[in-house]
Amino acid sequence: MSEYVIEMLGISKEFPGIKANDNVTLQLKKGEIHALLGENGAGKSTLMSVLFGLYQPESGVIKKDGQVVRIENPNDATALGIGMVHQHFKLVEVFSVLDNIILGAEQTRYGFLSKKEARKKVLALSEKYGLRVDPDALVEDISVGMQQRVEILKMLYRDNEILILDEPTAVLTPQEIDELMLIMRGFAAEGKSILFITHKLNEIMEVADRCTVLRKGKGIGTVDIKNTTKEELSRMMVGREVSFQVAKQAVHAGREVLRLENLCVPSRLHKRNAVDHVSLTVRAGEIVAIAGIEGNGQSELVAAITGLERANGGRILLEGKDITHASIRQRSILGMSHIPEDRHKHGLVLDYTLEENMVLQRYWQSEFQHRGFIQREAVRSYAQRLIRQFDVRSGQGPETIARSMSGGNQQKAIIAREMDRDGCLLVAAQPTRGLDVGAIEHVHEALIAARDAGRAVLLVTLEIDEVMTVPDRIYVMYGGKIVAELESVSVQELGLYMAGAKVQDQYAGGGAK
Amino acid sequence: MKSRRDYTSLMASLISIAAGLLLGLILLFVFNPSKALYGFENMLTNGIRNTDKMAKVLYTAAPLMMTGLSVGFAFKTGLFNIGATGQYTMGAFFALSAAIQFQLPWYLGLLAAMVGGAIWGAIPGLFKAHFNVNEVIAAIMFNWISLFTVNLAINNMPRMLASAWGAVNKDRTAALGAANRSAILPKLGLDELMGSNYVNIGIFIGIILAVVMWVILSKTTFGYELKACGHNRNASVYAGINAKRNIVLSMAIAGALSGLGGGIYYLSGTAQYTLVKTLLSAGFNGIPVALLASSNPLGTILSALFISYIQVGGEAMQPEFTKEIIDIIIAAIIYLSAFSLLMRELIRRALTRRHRAQAVARGEE
Repeated sequence: MSEYVIEMLGISKEFPGIKANDNVTLQLKKGEIHALLGENGAGKSTLMSVLFGLYQPESGVIKKDGQVVRIENPNDATALGIGMVHQHFKLVEVFSVLDNIILGAEQTRYGFLSKKEARKKVLALSEKYGLRVDPDALVEDISVGMQQRVEILKMLYRDNEILILDEPTAVLTPQEIDELMLIMRGFAAEGKSILFITHKLNEIMEVADRCTVLRKGKGIGTVDIKNTTKEELSRMMVGREVSFQVAKQAVHAGREVLRLENLCVPSRLHKRNAVDHVSLTVRAGEIVAIAGIEGNGQSELVAAITGLERANGGRILLEGKDITHASIRQRSILGMSHIPEDRHKHGLVLDYTLEENMVLQRYWQSEFQHRGFIQREAVRSYAQRLIRQFDVRSGQGPETIARSMSGGNQQKAIIAREMDRDGCLLVAAQPTRGLDVGAIEHVHEALIAARDAGRAVLLVTLEIDEVMTVPDRIYVMYGGKIVAELESVSVQELGLYMAGAKVQDQYAGGGAK
Repeated sequence: MKSRRDYTSLMASLISIAAGLLLGLILLFVFNPSKALYGFENMLTNGIRNTDKMAKVLYTAAPLMMTGLSVGFAFKTGLFNIGATGQYTMGAFFALSAAIQFQLPWYLGLLAAMVGGAIWGAIPGLFKAHFNVNEVIAAIMFNWISLFTVNLAINNMPRMLASAWGAVNKDRTAALGAANRSAILPKLGLDELMGSNYVNIGIFIGIILAVVMWVILSKTTFGYELKACGHNRNASVYAGINAKRNIVLSMAIAGALSGLGGGIYYLSGTAQYTLVKTLLSAGFNGIPVALLASSNPLGTILSALFISYIQVGGEAMQPEFTKEIIDIIIAAIIYLSAFSLLMRELIRRALTRRHRAQAVARGEE
C-alpha cells in the first residue's frame, strides 16, 4: 500500500488566457494536515476543484491509495471519501441544519424521509468532535461560524476520510479560528487527512504538518513545517523577500479632515443603536484605525460615514462641512474614497468588465465622458494604467469580466480604483481581507503612501497584526461605543479593550460625553 | 472576445429558430398529415410572395419591435417588464384620444402614446423603487387595470366610438379615415409602390428607436448607470448612482416604447380598438421578440421581423388548418425560438469541448 492516500501528479488546467495549474504535484499522507499555500490567483482553488471533480484537468493523474482514479464530478469524489468545504458555503438558507446535512444522502423508508437516525448520527458526530450546532435552526439564522461547522458535519456524515477546507478561517473570528484548529487536530489524530487552503502563514505554522506552495500556477515545493519558518514560506509563495514590518516615516498630522460628533446609527438586527454616540477625528496625513471584534458596530459606522446608511443622531463633518445628510455622490465629490468591506455586494459590478469597474466612481467626470457619451479610449487607457500600477492580474486585461477574476485580484482592482482618486479622505474597510502576504504588503504601502501624500486615512480592520503595525492612532470599538483611543499599545492590552474587559477612563460611564 | 460572444448569440438565435420551425412542422403533421408540407411551405413563403404581403410583414413588425425593445431595454437594466401589454393599451388609448377626441395630427398622437405608456410603466417602477414591490406583480395588475380603465373610458366618450362617425358599431373606436385623416401615419408613397394600404412609417420609427436604444445602452453614461443598477443595485448605490430614480426612469422608458407601439398600430388607419375583455397579445409577444434577440436592441429589429413574418405566413394556411391550430403552431415556433439563452449555453459548452479535444489532439501529435 502506498504511503499517500491521495496523489495528484502533474496536474495542468487551463482557462482562457490563464494557466491556472501547470504540472502541479501534490501528495497527501494519511492522517496529516497538509496546507496548500499560495498567493491570490496562484491556482489553489483550481487544484482543489480538480480533486473534487468540479474541473477536468487537461493532463495529469489522480491516485487514491496508489490506484489511478477518475473523478468526473463531485459524486465520484464523495464515493472516494473526498469532501470539500468551499470558501463560499453551499447551504440551502431556508433549510434546517439537519436537512442541509443529509441533503443528497437522505435515508428513506418507503420513499419517505426517516430523519430519526440521521439526527442521532449528526448529534453523535457533533458531540464527538465538539462541533456545536443546533440541528433544527434554519441556516439563514445561524452565524457564519456555525454554518462552517454544518459544512464540516456534512463531510463527516458522508464518512469522508479526506477533507478539503478552502480558506476556512477567512470568515471566522479569532476565537472561532482557535476552535477550528482544535477540531482539525482531532480529525488528524483519528487518521483523517486534511487539505487546508490558506494564505495565512501563522495558521500554517500552528496547525499544519506539511505545506505545498503554489506560485502562478506552478508547484514550488513541499516542505515539512517542523523544518521551516514563516519567512521561508513567504519567500516560496511570493518569490521575493516579504517584510512583515511596515516601514513608515514619522507622522505629520495636519488639519482635521473627518470629525464625528456623537454619531448614532440604527442596527438592522436589533432595536438598539449599532453605533452609539461615537465621536472621533481623523486628520490629514495620519492613519487612524478602528479596531474591534467583528459585529461591534464598525460596519455600521463605515456605512454611515460613507452614506450607505443614514445616521439617526449626531453629525459627520468632512473638511468642516456637515455631510450627515449628503448623498453618496456629494461625499465622493467632496473627496471621500471608500474601499468597501464587501467587494461583491458593493465594490464591483461583477458582470461588468474590469475597465468598466475601474471607472465606477469616475465615469461621470469630464475625463471619461463627453456630453453623456462614454469615452471608450480614455477608459481603456486609464484602466490599463491602473492594472499595470497595481498589478491586477486577469485573463483578458481590461476586457475581463470581473466575475471571472480571483477574489484577491478583484480586491486589488477596487483598491486601485479608490487609491487613485485624489481626495482628502480614504475610508478603508478591511482592505486586506482575503489577500495574501504579498498583496497585503502592497496595500499597506499604498495606505501609507496616501497618508504621506497628505490624505486622511480611516482604516477599519479585524486583523490584530494590522492594528499593531499600520495606523498612527487607534480607536477601539466595543458594543457600538469607542472604549479607548491609543497611540501605541501591547497586543495583550489591545485584546482586553477589544473584548470589552477594559475601558479607558474618558470613555467610561457611557452615553454622550 | 466581444465579437465571439456576439457570434455565439447570433448562432444561438438561428439554431433556436430552426428548432422552432422543426417543431412547427411536426405539429402540422400531427394535425393534418396530408396538407402538412403544403401548409409549411405556405407559411414560410407567404411573406415574400408579393409586395402586398411584404407590406403586411412590415406593418405587423413595427408594434412588435416596439414592445420587444421595451421588454429588452427593461431586461438590460435588471427589470422584467411584463407590463408591456398594459403600456401598449394605454399608448393606444392616448393616441386614439388625441386623434379622435381632440382631432390632433399623427405626430402629437404618437407623442401622447409615449406619454401614456411612460406613465403606465413608471407606476410599477415607483412601487419597485420606493416600496420594493416586485415589478412583475405590479405590472401584471396594471395590465388588467389598463384594459378595463381604457374600456370604461372609451365607453363614456361617445365621440370616440365608430357610431359617432357614420358607422353602426358601438363596440369599437372610429375608423380614422372617417374621424381624422390627419391622424393617420404618413405612408411616404410606399402604399402605391408596394400596392398595399398597410405600409406606413411605423417600421422606420421602430428601426430608428432600436438604434437609439442601442446607443443609449452601450455608449452613454446614462446607459452605464442603468445597466449598473440592473446588475448590482448595491454597487451602483455605492458608486453614488441614484438607483431609485434609475429604476423609475428605466420603467418609464420601457413603458414609453410599448406605448409608442400601441400608437403606431392604432394610428395606421387600418386598425380600430375593439372593446374586448382580453389582454392584447402584442405586448406579450414582445417578450419572445426580446428573448430571441438576447435583449440586444439591434437584434430586436431582426427578431420582430421574423416573428411578424411567421404570423403573416400563418394567415396563408387557412382554410386547410383552422385558426386555432395555426395559432398553436405559431406560438410553438415563437416560444421555442426564444430558447436562445439555452442554446447559447449549449453552444458555449460544445465550443469548449472542441477546444479541449483540439488541445488534446495537439498534445498527442
